[in-house]
Amino acid sequence: MAELYDRYSSVVYAVALRVLGDTGAAEDVLQEVLLQLWRKPSAFDAARGSLGSWLAVITRNRAIDSLRKRRPETDIEDVVLSVAPDLAGEAERARAAEKVRGVMGSMAPAQRSALEMAYWQGMSHSEIADKTGEPLGTVKTRIRAGLIVLRKAFQT
Amino acid sequence: MSEHERYAEDLALYALDALWGEDRAQVDEHLATCAACRRELEQLRGDTALLALSTTGPRPPQRARQRLLDAVAREARTPKVMQTSTRRSWWGWLGWAATAAVVIFALSLWRENSELKGSLASASSQAAKSARDVEEIRRIAAPILEPEAQRVTLVAAKTPPQPQGKVFYLRNRSSLVLLANNLPALPAQKAYELWLIPTNGAPIPAGVFKPDAHGSASVVNPPLPAGAEAKAFAITVENEAGSATPTMPLVMMGAGE
Repeated sequence: MAELYDRYSSVVYAVALRVLGDTGAAEDVLQEVLLQLWRKPSAFDAARGSLGSWLAVITRNRAIDSLRKRRPETDIEDVVLSVAPDLAGEAERARAAEKVRGVMGSMAPAQRSALEMAYWQGMSHSEIADKTGEPLGTVKTRIRAGLIVLRKAFQT
Repeated sequence: MSEHERYAEDLALYALDALWGEDRAQVDEHLATCAACRRELEQLRGDTALLALSTTGPRPPQRARQRLLDAVAREARTPKVMQTSTRRSWWGWLGWAATAAVVIFALSLWRENSELKGSLASASSQAAKSARDVEEIRRIAAPILEPEAQRVTLVAAKTPPQPQGKVFYLRNRSSLVLLANNLPALPAQKAYELWLIPTNGAPIPAGVFKPDAHGSASVVNPPLPAGAEAKAFAITVENEAGSATPTMPLVMMGAGE
């Protein structure tokens, strides 16, 4: 567990802190996510993805649940993702972060902000549509298209 | 608009955990029968991981590490596992670790099976076949999983208890389970470390662990490089933070059976 902590705590904490903006709450999510993995290691299936990516997704979802004060809807065992970079090393993460920022920077501002509101604030598409005054369908399309742009940038 | 296109945008929201109520139920229903959309959902989650992993920030405070290790130690002292006999034994945690191993195996089989069959059969017959396969795995695994199963370790008669370790390693999935028992207690600040000895190159750390009061311990799915070919496994005593290279002597060692 100590090894797991040393390798992944900075990723988990950074994600939780970005969502919650509060160090105490981020620390609680860090503790909860790693304890859940310890209690139920079978939830993570090494054949289908990297542990770093999986933890990042679980952490973001838990942090959003905590931000919105709602009960977790998705069991961690149901979160399966396709192989994505592990980025356990600081240098790899810094390079990937730079690349993601570059891709986000090249998106149209409305698309970038829709994706960021959905991802980092956990806003639903209808909340985003209310806030921006755009049609629901447009918001949905922007969110999906934004994710696909990111995917393509890492496939090349 | 094809069935998949109809769900494409909702799948992105689903991957963000931002789809609720009736919309979510509809997607769940579709996912149950559509391997292509399940794959797309996994891919979209991978895309969201890129966003998450790109965040950088300060490291967590030092106290967070100790807080987690304390919580783990507390839970380890009061394991929520099924004890199958009045005799205190190492089967409680073996049941847990074996369950983990079987569940990982069953899940991966189920997924592989549903993908392979996807191109051959209709969605419904595929789901039925997957369910039968899972049932078959459950039946085979019942003597390991069921709490009422009687479990006995046999050793040569009149042999004092010896430290024992068993490693189960699936190279193509980088999946590993170690079950050990009768391990001698360790001094404070020391822990056991498992090593994968590859055919070529230096030993690879495969998990740091401490035995419980009965000398039992397990390691389940430590982080391992993909596809490492194991010639043997060994256990050393290290500082509890673990080591990058083994400190001699090897306290336990075994080559492939």
